[in-house]
Amino acid sequence: MAFFDIHALWTGNLVDKLDIQSLLNGNRQPKIRGGVHPEQRKEATADHPIDTGFPLPSMLYLALQQHVGKPAEPIVNVGDRVLKGQLLAVSQGMVSAPIHAPTSGIVADIMDYPSAHPSALPTPTLLLEPDGEERWIALPEKIDPFSLAPEEISIRVGAAGIVGLGGAAFPSAVKLNLGRRTKIQTLLINGGECEPYLTCDDRLMRERARVIVDGILIMLHGLECRRAMVGIEDNKPEAYSAMSAAAAELSDGKVEVVAVPSFYPMGWDKQLIGYLTDKEVPADGRATDVGVLMHNVGTAYAVQQAIRHGKPLISRIVTVSGGAVGTPRNIEAPIGTSLADLLAHCDYRPEDTVRYVMGGPMMGDALPHPNVPLVKGACGILALSQEEVSATDAKSCIRCSRCVTVCPVGLLPLEMMARIRAGQLESALKFGLKDCISCGSCSYVCPSEIPLVHYFKYANGELLTRDQANHKAEQTKRLAEEKLARIAKQKQEAAAAAAQRKAAGKKPKITEQAA
Amino acid sequence: MNTRLLSAPFARSEIQIQSIMLTVVLGLAPGTAWGILIFGWSALFIFLVTVLSALAFEAGCLILAEKRVLATLTDGSALLTGWLIALTLPPWAPWWIGVLGSFLGIVVGKQVFGGLGQNLFNPAMLARVALLVSFPLEMTAWVNPTPLFSSSAPGFLDAWAITFSGQLPADGATGATMLGWVKTEFSQGRLLGESLASGDYGFIKSFLGWTGGSLGETSALLFALGGGWLLKKQIITWHIPLAMLGTVALLASVLSLIDGERYPGPLFHLTSGALMLGAFFIATDYVTSPNSKPGQLIFGAGCGLIVYVIRTWGSYPEGVAFAVLLMNSLTPVIDHYVRPRIYGRDSKGRPLELPEGRE
Repeated sequence: MAFFDIHALWTGNLVDKLDIQSLLNGNRQPKIRGGVHPEQRKEATADHPIDTGFPLPSMLYLALQQHVGKPAEPIVNVGDRVLKGQLLAVSQGMVSAPIHAPTSGIVADIMDYPSAHPSALPTPTLLLEPDGEERWIALPEKIDPFSLAPEEISIRVGAAGIVGLGGAAFPSAVKLNLGRRTKIQTLLINGGECEPYLTCDDRLMRERARVIVDGILIMLHGLECRRAMVGIEDNKPEAYSAMSAAAAELSDGKVEVVAVPSFYPMGWDKQLIGYLTDKEVPADGRATDVGVLMHNVGTAYAVQQAIRHGKPLISRIVTVSGGAVGTPRNIEAPIGTSLADLLAHCDYRPEDTVRYVMGGPMMGDALPHPNVPLVKGACGILALSQEEVSATDAKSCIRCSRCVTVCPVGLLPLEMMARIRAGQLESALKFGLKDCISCGSCSYVCPSEIPLVHYFKYANGELLTRDQANHKAEQTKRLAEEKLARIAKQKQEAAAAAAQRKAAGKKPKITEQAA
Repeated sequence: MNTRLLSAPFARSEIQIQSIMLTVVLGLAPGTAWGILIFGWSALFIFLVTVLSALAFEAGCLILAEKRVLATLTDGSALLTGWLIALTLPPWAPWWIGVLGSFLGIVVGKQVFGGLGQNLFNPAMLARVALLVSFPLEMTAWVNPTPLFSSSAPGFLDAWAITFSGQLPADGATGATMLGWVKTEFSQGRLLGESLASGDYGFIKSFLGWTGGSLGETSALLFALGGGWLLKKQIITWHIPLAMLGTVALLASVLSLIDGERYPGPLFHLTSGALMLGAFFIATDYVTSPNSKPGQLIFGAGCGLIVYVIRTWGSYPEGVAFAVLLMNSLTPVIDHYVRPRIYGRDSKGRPLELPEGRE
């Protein structure tokens, strides 16, 4: 039992991280690596209840690709009248997710529409024109989830179109299946929400803690696992007490709620795994390799809705905030709502907005305009004003190594950047380029305002392109070589046949020669 | 709509190069002010000449290299380099020593490598060592303290003449630094206690800074306080200063226990010369020190070791500049071998073993 983490020596925070109490108890100090403390800016939305009164928009734009994996395939036709919750597009392949109608209405079109991506390039999108009647499909009678077979849980979660709602948008059923197959010991629930501005998970935990705990218990049943831990940053005391109370009441000791330190990126799954279980996921492994699986609190909520009430994922809670937003708040909005409608609902000022961001300011995507749809993985919509967005030019690296201190992965961002800038991508790889999680801590802290993460994303993209080009060249070469070998073989066979005929008789058949 | 780089993160910390440099300069200010106070007008003149010429050389190089002149000049790095060079000079040095020092530091030490962040060696220490080797007489003409406005101090015009006409006063105001004195005395066979007494050494005097030497070799107290302030402001971390001071203190303790009449104790070493300045302000230079914390501990300990060895057995009385330059040359090596462990990998970069029974 080591009394202090050797990594504290790296980060220079030895004194901060030494906890006298745990020393006395002989407890090992949980692993924390790197991290920064960006200005929280959560107060704008944290104390306002979730706005459930968002008016139905005049049109919903349902992107067929709004999850990790293959896009969904539409099974309705333009002009079809559909009910709320009806399946519109089915999942394709192993990793994919179906899409359901967020409200009743008419399928207006299936076309290319700007996507919620930094490019805002048009992608296949199903347009649904609401009829305002909100007529549901026939919902099942209330189901007892614990009477269902465990494997049935992930099947239903998959059918409900649930993806990771913390931002990753990875199909949840795939993870649940993996967790059950590998017999995980602990289900971890991420209530970290370490990105500035965002409070959608905080509000959800404060207002609907019982539903979340129910969802966690359902997932435990589906995973055939007995223990869950919920990590909540200690800057959300209300969420912590609500969740603790709900867990104590409902979970029979199966769900433990743990306050974790507030810093960024506490919500990085590996960071939270390390803190809660003291385990480290091998570089080429998954969380399930060390016996854990992580889901977001929002996902647990969606799972409860899907299993207990049969409701597919058709809406989500999203934080609308930023300096250019007049009345920032959390809104429960139908998937497919135009972000412009959400911002307008919160009295945003387009003239003050210098940057539209989907997600949080540390890892989110800049959008060129807000006329793109809300996707399942979007936890925040930010309209940032000039004073919130740094806009000075990058200066020289002074090797202050703050980026090294804050990197949660243990990389040397300054060294990788210097090599990428010199075009030595292979050398940057040796410094662990592929291990970068793009959390942005290095860029955040850099006194020279060097966009380090941008360099790393560029280099990884460039390396991917090179790999693909190499692969293509190799394939071409292989095909060419095979063709040559084939021709040579044919010639050889023809020659052998000719020799045989010569030996057998003197009358070659003309037809054979032609071959 | 802003058309700048559209890549996360969109939030930035407040800290900037300029604020870092200015904080360091502020940390130096009390010790510098003390030095100017006890050495008089000449010290102020050589200080100003050095700093202003450093800024001029920086501007000249930026113009030649066609870089952004005003933005780079105001980042404070040339100001800091010039300031540090001034602190290494004898307070009554002639003006051209200051100008030449700035030329060596800014042009040869920094800009020919490609400017800020590119240099291998600490520019101020490079300048000092080059001057010391080239102009040993001018660089070791130490004066005893003659505080500003005291009767023994040269007046404004006399001081002007000292700096700009090279007229050192003939009345023997010069002397050796305590480190130099002890070394000379020892070479003549005198024991430590004797030489300290005859050199009028007092620990308190040395600690507070009532002693001959360059501007930055006077008040260990004020530079230590300035350094402590930098630690508090999180401009530097404890690793390099603690390792450097700790190594010197440890070696001095051990050797003075072995032979107290030959080797001065840790307090003498810690309060003498430029050790405090070096440990907090020079060895901690970002550009020329290792980028990982364990690397910084090695670097600091190496600096301390070399300082002690030079002071004790070398032919120069003080060795901070040599120590820092020697360790600067090892920084790339340290950085190559000492790297943080990457998450999920062992110290050699191989993925961690999967736990038993898992695929």
